[in-house]
Amino acid sequence: MSIEVVNITKSYKNFTALHNVSLQIPEGELVALLGPSGSGKTTLLRLIAGLEQPEEGAILFHGEDNTNRDVRERQGGVVFQHYALFRHMTIFDNIAFGLAVRNRKTRPTKQEIKERVHSLLRLVQLDGLAHRYPSQLSGGQRQRVALARALAVEPKFLLLDEPFGALDTKVRQELRRWLRHLHEKLGLTILFVTHDQEEAMELADQVVVMNEGRVEQVGSPEEIYNHPANPFVYSFLGRVNLFRGRVRDGKVRLGEAEFDTEWENLRGGEWPAVGYMRPHDVEIALAAQDSKFVQAQIQHISLLGPIIRLDLKRLDTGELFEAELTRQRFCELDLQEKSTVFVKLNNLAFYVEDAEEKVPLPTFIPIQASF
Amino acid sequence: MKHMTESAWIRWLLICLALFFLGLFLILPLVAVFMEAFKQGSEMFVAAILDEETFAAVKLTLLVALVSVPLNVTFGVAAAWAIAKFTFRGKNILLTLIDLPFAVSPVIAGLIFVLLFGSQGVAYPWLEAHDIKIIFAVPGIILATTFVTFPFVARELIPIMEAQGKDEEEAAVSLGASGWKTFFRVTLPNVKWGLLYGGILCNARAMGEFGAVSVVSGHIRGMTNTLPLHVEILYNEYQFAAAFSVATLLAALALVTLILKSIIEWKTQRKEELP
Amino acid sequence: MKRKTSRISGFLPGFGLTMGYTIIYLSLLVLIPLSVLFLKASTMSWEAFIGTILDERVLSSIRVSVVTSFFAACMNAVFGVLVAWVLARYQFVGKRFIDGIVDLPFALPTAVGGIALTSIYAENGWIGQFAAEWGIKIAYTPLGIWVALTFIGLPFVVRTVQPVLQDWDLQMEEAAATLGATRWNTFFRVILPHLMPAVLTGFALAFARALGEYGSVVFISGNMPHKTEIVPLLIMTKLEQFDYTGATAIATVMLVASFVMLLIINYLQWRINKFDAAR
Repeated sequence: MSIEVVNITKSYKNFTALHNVSLQIPEGELVALLGPSGSGKTTLLRLIAGLEQPEEGAILFHGEDNTNRDVRERQGGVVFQHYALFRHMTIFDNIAFGLAVRNRKTRPTKQEIKERVHSLLRLVQLDGLAHRYPSQLSGGQRQRVALARALAVEPKFLLLDEPFGALDTKVRQELRRWLRHLHEKLGLTILFVTHDQEEAMELADQVVVMNEGRVEQVGSPEEIYNHPANPFVYSFLGRVNLFRGRVRDGKVRLGEAEFDTEWENLRGGEWPAVGYMRPHDVEIALAAQDSKFVQAQIQHISLLGPIIRLDLKRLDTGELFEAELTRQRFCELDLQEKSTVFVKLNNLAFYVEDAEEKVPLPTFIPIQASF
Repeated sequence: MKHMTESAWIRWLLICLALFFLGLFLILPLVAVFMEAFKQGSEMFVAAILDEETFAAVKLTLLVALVSVPLNVTFGVAAAWAIAKFTFRGKNILLTLIDLPFAVSPVIAGLIFVLLFGSQGVAYPWLEAHDIKIIFAVPGIILATTFVTFPFVARELIPIMEAQGKDEEEAAVSLGASGWKTFFRVTLPNVKWGLLYGGILCNARAMGEFGAVSVVSGHIRGMTNTLPLHVEILYNEYQFAAAFSVATLLAALALVTLILKSIIEWKTQRKEELP
Repeated sequence: MKRKTSRISGFLPGFGLTMGYTIIYLSLLVLIPLSVLFLKASTMSWEAFIGTILDERVLSSIRVSVVTSFFAACMNAVFGVLVAWVLARYQFVGKRFIDGIVDLPFALPTAVGGIALTSIYAENGWIGQFAAEWGIKIAYTPLGIWVALTFIGLPFVVRTVQPVLQDWDLQMEEAAATLGATRWNTFFRVILPHLMPAVLTGFALAFARALGEYGSVVFISGNMPHKTEIVPLLIMTKLEQFDYTGATAIATVMLVASFVMLLIINYLQWRINKFDAAR
């Protein structure tokens, strides 16, 4: 089922959780809601599930308005953050619950329920644990029971709130892969909330980046990583270096380095600009090869296994930044702490404070750097 | 949260039903005590309160509480230290044994001391030889009261001290503090509200105990009458107004207890909310 | 680490002192006096013991005690859950006051509670007069005993259920709703089963307390043998007649019943903790 969120606003007693949020989720996609805590991602999920009511806006399923429909009638499966398994029921009863509470007309027979539960237990690879209680299972197993319970009612879509948040790294890896398979097998629309960008990138077809109750960007993992819409998205998706400078006549100056931009409408004035850059895009050389190189001193070297991270200090501006390089490249260069190197700043994304709207909070307009 | 709670009228129905039940069984009796006390005017009330026998009963009640409460506080602290700060076998059995007096009927609590020290009692010949009177005398009342209020402080302290663990005490000892210093400077400040809470409940029960004291007291006016027993005697003599007047003292004690209890609960809850 | 300090772990001082004091105080005040009861009972011949217990008057008093206590505990279970629910879930004016007053039966001396209830439920009392118009007598009947026992047992269920409800994970209700359960279904299938161990613990505590209660009942019951005489009162009567052996026999039976209740309560408490471990 496709899900459409139209201009939703939701506020609680003293803060607004969602400002005018719109979103389209096509049928059969695996979509991640990614954002820091307090960004409104869980609220959005709860609104879609029908556990909360928006003040304004609408939620459409397959183009049909569901905004005022009861949670029971939405036919969405929800997996809660801490699973919310019924502690006094066996695994079997937990999974069967959604079927057992139906009214007599629509309720499957005992035999049908039994078959359905067992097939679900096989699906989540927990056959044989039907008569255990939730307290007797590991975290990963509880997670899968919660999934099976949500799937038992044959939901039209599946909502997962931080599905792997409470699990340790190894189990999380396994479950991610497993969820991916499950999605391929069932072809269900799945929406999950996460604060872990790696998890979102690895799993999702589409990533919705949220911050402070707004959607910052929607796109495939590749799109949002390579073409972040704004500084927030840029910095939320990985480690980042910031360089401060000024933009004038379409050229950005960051200390001694100068960059051409295509930004015509900024001619005839001077504005502060910030350059964003991934540490792995920093090119390191022992001698300057062209004017884009600046000098920097190595402050510290961290050996992180396959990659090496350098803490660097620019000699022209004194700014501190990080660079990441492969172990092989590191050995080739034979770098030492306190030695001076030449660095080239590649793939910078510049954001300039909007000159038109003099709002106190800077809104940024992206400029792609061109060399 | 529209779907997650009951509709407004069900909510109000449930609230009203609960309030009706509590009003019928709790508020009404409390109001009745004060109404009945003033039924025959405030002069009767004052006279009953200022009566010599009432005064003697107040004195005895205070004496009983003054002995039994500190005894049980000391025990509660010692038991909580041993149980909460150490692991040993049979801990659960010990906990159950401490709870025992709660499970025993007050009348039986009185009875066992009669069987021990009464005229047909095991220890009676020895007591008589040394001219010591326990049953139908003040020591018996104190013993029975202490028995009945035995678990209050310990039960309150053990879970609190268990929840706090022993990290702080171990840190103090590793820094060179003696056992006593550790207790007074680290443990006691941490459990002071719990201790006070247990002490207040213990005191309320000690002053109000009726069944057990009734068995061992002998009902000697001005000698072995505590306040609750005095209320009973007045009531059985059909001096209702006087009985209720004396009862207001005990009801006031109950109210003060509840207020202190609420304050402590409020204070400790506030503390938990802080980071 | 276990081997270092035999069975007692930890290096804090004072275990010997506090443990020793605990054991001695417990033995002197509780264990020895209680064992005297069994000692005394064991001096009776089996026939005499059984004869005392199977006496018509004793049996009726046991019946009165058990029946009234049971129904009082039932009343407390139903309304205790209601009060706990209202206090844990809803906001209303005077909630703090109500929350505090629930403990009144613990704080109010039983004798005071007894005379107050008698004055209200007697035939000329505030409520008794209305009941009398319907031809119902409350005070001096088993109904009166039931009222008194409901009063003293009231806080137990509330105070055992309330914390469970306050710690309750609302997500479980939400989960039930997303699976299509109605509010009614959710309460009876998800919430109530989860509360059950706490309700049963409260019920058992109230029942145990009611069985032993003396002070609040003695005024309102009327104390008529075979009709409104409860077990603790009968023990009292036997004592006043210096029938120490009779009193001992009845008390022994009652004490054993109390111990059984205590074991049941501990088991129920363990069940509550078991569920909580699942979180």
